[in-house]
Amino acid sequence: MAEWFVAKAAELPDGDRRIVVAGKDEIGVFHRGGAYYAYSNYCVHSGGPACEGILINKVVDLIAADRTYQGQAFSDEVHFVCPWHGYEYELATGRCVGDRRLKLKKYEVVRRGDDIYVVA
Amino acid sequence: MDTVPSDVRKLNFDEYSTAKHLDHAAQQARARNFQDFLIVDVDAHHYENESYKEVFQYIESPVIRHDVIDSAQRPGRSAMLNSSVGNQNLGGRITRSNLRRLQKVPADGKHRDIAMTLEWMDAMGVDYACMFPTPMLFLGLHPQVEIEVALCRAYNRWLCERILAVEPRLVSMLYIPFNDPDAAYRTVKDFGECKGVVGFMVTSPRYKPVHDNAYMKTYALLEELGKPISFHAAYSWEDRALQMTNRFISVHSLGFMWFNMIHMTNWVVNGLPERFPKLKVMWIESGLTWAYCLMQRLDHSYMMRTSDCPSLKRKPSEYMREMYYSSQPMEKPDDKSILEATFKMINAETQLLWSSDYPHWDFDLPGVIYDLPFLSETAKRNILGGNAARVFGLDTKVVKKIP
Repeated sequence: MAEWFVAKAAELPDGDRRIVVAGKDEIGVFHRGGAYYAYSNYCVHSGGPACEGILINKVVDLIAADRTYQGQAFSDEVHFVCPWHGYEYELATGRCVGDRRLKLKKYEVVRRGDDIYVVA
Repeated sequence: MDTVPSDVRKLNFDEYSTAKHLDHAAQQARARNFQDFLIVDVDAHHYENESYKEVFQYIESPVIRHDVIDSAQRPGRSAMLNSSVGNQNLGGRITRSNLRRLQKVPADGKHRDIAMTLEWMDAMGVDYACMFPTPMLFLGLHPQVEIEVALCRAYNRWLCERILAVEPRLVSMLYIPFNDPDAAYRTVKDFGECKGVVGFMVTSPRYKPVHDNAYMKTYALLEELGKPISFHAAYSWEDRALQMTNRFISVHSLGFMWFNMIHMTNWVVNGLPERFPKLKVMWIESGLTWAYCLMQRLDHSYMMRTSDCPSLKRKPSEYMREMYYSSQPMEKPDDKSILEATFKMINAETQLLWSSDYPHWDFDLPGVIYDLPFLSETAKRNILGGNAARVFGLDTKVVKKIP
């Protein structure tokens, strides 16, 4: 295990991300909502660059108390989306939304002074 | 713990490179030694609408050419060409759909369409690709038959002259204007010997039955030429049954099987395999499970109702097992034995041909075949390229350059 340099903290503002090649690993490092998240950049589906797609909130059906459909909305849950085929992952956990038994490998992110590192 | 320097990339959504987008595909291709053997993609696409300015110049009727060019200048309003409702790019989640316009290609005189296509082919490890249009997949639903005929002919001429004649790694099964049987025949007659034309294709969403007597001369000509006829699936949200679906996942999942199930049923029940025993028939982009299902359904009913299809000398599934199938979008059940049974049902080792459907939203990589645990190395290579080379008469020399 080693600590791989990601960025100066000031150069990775909230909402930004980096792709880090750490030996044989390729890791997406996200900074979002004041927290850092790091996951394998290989989609569980067909190996696409899972961390390189758009960030978008989860879509939910609005079902009323009488069980009727009332439209759709975005929830607070943030997803990142593999740009190859649209597999969605929870930003907070790396779990695949379509089958939560599947998840991307998660990496620890550490801050040392002004520097951000990922452990791999 | 050691601190080590790393290679760090920023993401930039203001630029696009197919090679970068498919860098992981190239990694897979290198890891699996795809450089060592032939891979043919029997169903790939370009966006012919990006070349409409050129294509429209090939429309032979001056009136239709004028009207189509005029209507193209008013995007977003009623147009001469039909399209189809549906958010194929998943609301922007499939990023290449929007970003591809930012792709820079070398200024070496090569057509942008060719340059972009070769780039993804090399990344995946593909030697030859059979190109099909994208918006024109819905042209069979155009209410004006003469528009289908005119645009189809213009597109075929453009494709043959500007793409296939200059790039030997690209081939096509040309669009047949099936709603006009005479024009369909003329298309095969006029383009059958053109460079890179390895067959002919009927877009499946349409309402002309394949067993109509008007098509027999076209099938006979194709049989004589030794070139396959293929049925390329798509959906139609205008279809009466599919109008009941309310999400794209529904109309896509059903639609891409639905029209091919109907055409296949008509093809077999009316005894066309007996009338054209040497005609090669291929079914494109319906996945595989539909054939697995339909074989069993038709066989079951056939044994009780042979008088409904007296031309048949064997069970429907036996004819279907002699046809060809493209693989994408290949279903991937968790239980691999189900997929193995599907492969067995269609005699995949000789009848299945790998396809990517790239750059569409649900494309497959060659790994979907190469990574299957129940296939021998020979079967994998047949499905990935050998079968297509045999059906299309392609050179088997490896010509790609995986980056």
